[in-house]
Amino acid sequence: MARTAAWVRRAVTIWRRSIQARVVISTLLISAVVVTLVGWVLLRQVTDGLVSGRTASAVAEASRATLDAQQRLSAASGTDFDSSAQLRSIVTRGSVQGYDVVLTGPIAGTSQAVAAGSGTRSTLGVRPDSVPQRLRRVVERPDRTGTSWTYAPIRFDSGRSSTPGIVAGAQLTLPADGGTYTVYYLFPMTEEQQTLSLVRRALVTGGGLLLLLIGGLTWLVTRQVVTPVRLARRVAERLASGRLEERMHVRGDDDIARLGTSFNQMAASLQKQIRQLEELSRVQRRFVSDVSHELRTPLTTVRMAGDVLHDARERFDPSTARAAELLQRELDRFELLLSDLLEISRFDAGAAALDLEDVNLVDVAHRVVEATRALAERRGTHVVVRPGPRPCVAEADVRRVERIVRNLVTNAIDYAGSEDVVVHVDSDDQATALAVRDHGIGLAPGQAALVFNRFWRADPARARTTGGTGLGLAISLEDAHLHGGWLQAWGEPGDGAQFRLTLPHRAGDRITGSPLPLVPPDARSPEIGGGYARLDEHPAGTP
Amino acid sequence: MANVEAGSRGKVLVVDDDSALSEMLSIVLRQEGFDSRVCATGERALADFRDYRPDLVLLDLMLPGKDGIDVCKQIRAESGVPIVMLTAKTDTVDVVVGLESGADDYVVKPFKPKELVARIRARVRRFEEPAPESLSIGDLAIDVAGHSVTRDDDQIALTPLEFDLLVCLARKPWQVFTREVLLEQVWGYRHAADTRLVNVHVQRLRSKVEHDPENPEIVLTVRGVGYKAGSG
Repeated sequence: MARTAAWVRRAVTIWRRSIQARVVISTLLISAVVVTLVGWVLLRQVTDGLVSGRTASAVAEASRATLDAQQRLSAASGTDFDSSAQLRSIVTRGSVQGYDVVLTGPIAGTSQAVAAGSGTRSTLGVRPDSVPQRLRRVVERPDRTGTSWTYAPIRFDSGRSSTPGIVAGAQLTLPADGGTYTVYYLFPMTEEQQTLSLVRRALVTGGGLLLLLIGGLTWLVTRQVVTPVRLARRVAERLASGRLEERMHVRGDDDIARLGTSFNQMAASLQKQIRQLEELSRVQRRFVSDVSHELRTPLTTVRMAGDVLHDARERFDPSTARAAELLQRELDRFELLLSDLLEISRFDAGAAALDLEDVNLVDVAHRVVEATRALAERRGTHVVVRPGPRPCVAEADVRRVERIVRNLVTNAIDYAGSEDVVVHVDSDDQATALAVRDHGIGLAPGQAALVFNRFWRADPARARTTGGTGLGLAISLEDAHLHGGWLQAWGEPGDGAQFRLTLPHRAGDRITGSPLPLVPPDARSPEIGGGYARLDEHPAGTP
Repeated sequence: MANVEAGSRGKVLVVDDDSALSEMLSIVLRQEGFDSRVCATGERALADFRDYRPDLVLLDLMLPGKDGIDVCKQIRAESGVPIVMLTAKTDTVDVVVGLESGADDYVVKPFKPKELVARIRARVRRFEEPAPESLSIGDLAIDVAGHSVTRDDDQIALTPLEFDLLVCLARKPWQVFTREVLLEQVWGYRHAADTRLVNVHVQRLRSKVEHDPENPEIVLTVRGVGYKAGSG
C-alpha cells in the first residue's frame, strides 16, 4: 500500500514538475483516442464491405443452386428411389461447392407419399438446427418463392466449433412425390473472419506503432524546447547563488538561442550592476578607512597637545586655563562622535563582523554597572542587576554586547531621575534577554519607534548634558541585528521606559519570542499599544 | 641595562611619517622622562633601530613605502624589544595582522597621552630588577631574574612579553586567569580592553613552548573563562 502511494506521489510529482512528461502523456492520450476511433471506423467499413459482398455472392449462389436443383428434380424420373437419390445428390453437391446443405421436408400437407423424401438430410457433420427457426418459418410459408437468407452461426456435430455464416433457404418441389421440400445453404464465413482478424491485427499494430511514433516525436520536440529551459533554470539558480560569471551556452539562431542570448545579456547586466555596487561599497569602505586614518592622526596630535596644555593649566591665567579645559572636553566629544560615525559607516558598508564567543549577559550587566557606577552616583541613582534563575549565556560578540548594554544603562541613568534603574536578565529555550527599566520621564506616544533613529533627541530643547553623540542607540540596534537579535523600546510618559535586548542562543538563529516582557509588569497601564515599538520586525541577519 | 643613561627611564624609537605627531610624541615622552628618536619612513626604521638600540618601539601601522607590518616583522626577527603599534584602524583583521606580525600591544588613534605612557611603562618596567625566582610549568624551567626559559637545558627564545605572560601563569598554577586579568597584569591595562590581544599572544606563546600547539599542555584554555598553567 505504502509502496503504491509512494509511486502515485512520484508520478504526481513528475506530472507536476515536468512539462515534457505532461506534453508527452497528454499527446499520447489524445492520439490514442483518435487512433482507436479511426481504427474502429475502418474496421466497421471493411467488415461491412466483406460481409455484404459475401452475402450477395452467397445469395446468388443459393438461388442458382436452387434453380439448378429444381431443374434436375423436374427432369428426374418419378421413382421413389430416384427422387431420394436426387435429394441426396443435392446435398452432396453442396460440399463440393464449399458450402453445407440442409434439406428438410416435405412440408406438411404438400405430399401424398411421405416415404420418398421424408426426414432431414444434411451434409456430413452439420447440425440441421444451424438453420434458425425464424428462417424456417419464412421459407416454409406455402406461397413463398425465391431465396430468403439470414446470418446465423453454423453448428457442427462434434469437434469443430461453430462459425458465423450465411444461411439461405428456398423451396424445392419434388415431382416424384409432389412434396415441397426446403433446402438451406449454409455458407461459412471463415475466410471473411480470417481476413477481418488479419485486418484487426494490422490496425492494432499500426495504431500502436503510430502512438509510439507520436510519443517519440513529442518527446523529441519537447526535449528540444525543454532542455534549454532546464539549462536556463540551472544557470539562473547558479546566478542566484552568487556565481555571477555563469552563462548559458548559446548555439544557433533560433528562438531558444535568442532566449539564451537575452538571458546572458540579463546576467551580464546584473553582474555589471552588482560589480558596480560592490565597487562602490569597496570605495566607500576604503574612503571611510582613509578618512579614519587621515582624521585620526591630526586628532591625536591635537589631543596630545590639548592634554599637555590641560596638565599645565595652573600656570595659565584663568581665561586661558578655562580655554584649555574647554578644549580638552570638546576634544573628548569630538573623538566620541568620530568613532561613533566610523562605526555607523562600517555598518552601512556591511563591513561589520562578529567576533563570537560564549557571553554571560549577567556578567556583562555587572561589568557595565560597575563601569557606570560613578556616573550613576553623580546623578543620584542606583543601577541594580536582577538576574533570572536560568543561566543567561548567548553566543555573541562581547565587545558589541557590552556596548549595547552600556548604551542602554547610561541612557537609563540619564533619564532615570532619582529612582533605581533595574537591569533584568533572563533566558528561555531559544533566547537570552536583557531589559533595562527606568522610572524617569518615559517616552511620549510614538517616540519608542524614533529613539533608534540617528541623531534623534527626545526633546530638542533639552540641554545636552550627557554629551552623548546621538548615535548610541542606532549603533546598538545595528549591533543587535548583527547577532540576529532584537532591540526594542517601550515607554509611557511619566511611567518611565524599558529597553529590551533579545539575543538568540546561537548568533543568527531565528527568534520568535523573548524571555522578558517588553512592557514591564510594574507599568501603570500595561495594555499593549502605548509607546510600544517593534521596529525591528524585519528579518534578522541583515549585514 | 648598560645603555640606559642617567635620568632617563628608557629610549623610545618613534616610527611615524606624520612629523607633527612625532614631535608631539617626543614632547610627551620627554615630559615622562623617556629619550626618543624619530624615524619618518619604514625603509630607515631598521637602520635607526640598530643604531639607536631603543628599549621600546612605537610603530605606526601605515607608513609610506614599506608599511608598519613589514618593519615589525624585521625588528622582531632580530630582537625581542617591545613593539607598540599605533593604528588608526580598529577592524579585527588589521589589529590581528599587526599583532601576529610581532607587536606586543597596540594603541588606537586618537589616544590619550596618559594611556600611551601607561602602556609604554608597562612594557619597559623590567628595568626594576626582579628578585631571583625559579618557576616551573609543565616540563619548562623558568629563571625569572635571568629571563630564560629552558626545556631539558635547551633555551627557548621568548620575547619579553611572552616571557611575562608565561611567568604570570606559572606563578599561580592553581588559578584560572581571565583575559581581563591577564591584560591588567601583563599589559598593564586598567580598563577593560581588547581581549584579542591575549588570544593572539597566547597562540604565539604556544607555538614556541608547546610540543603540539594544537593540543596545548602548558597553557591551557578554560572554555568560557580564560587560561591557566598546565599541571604538566
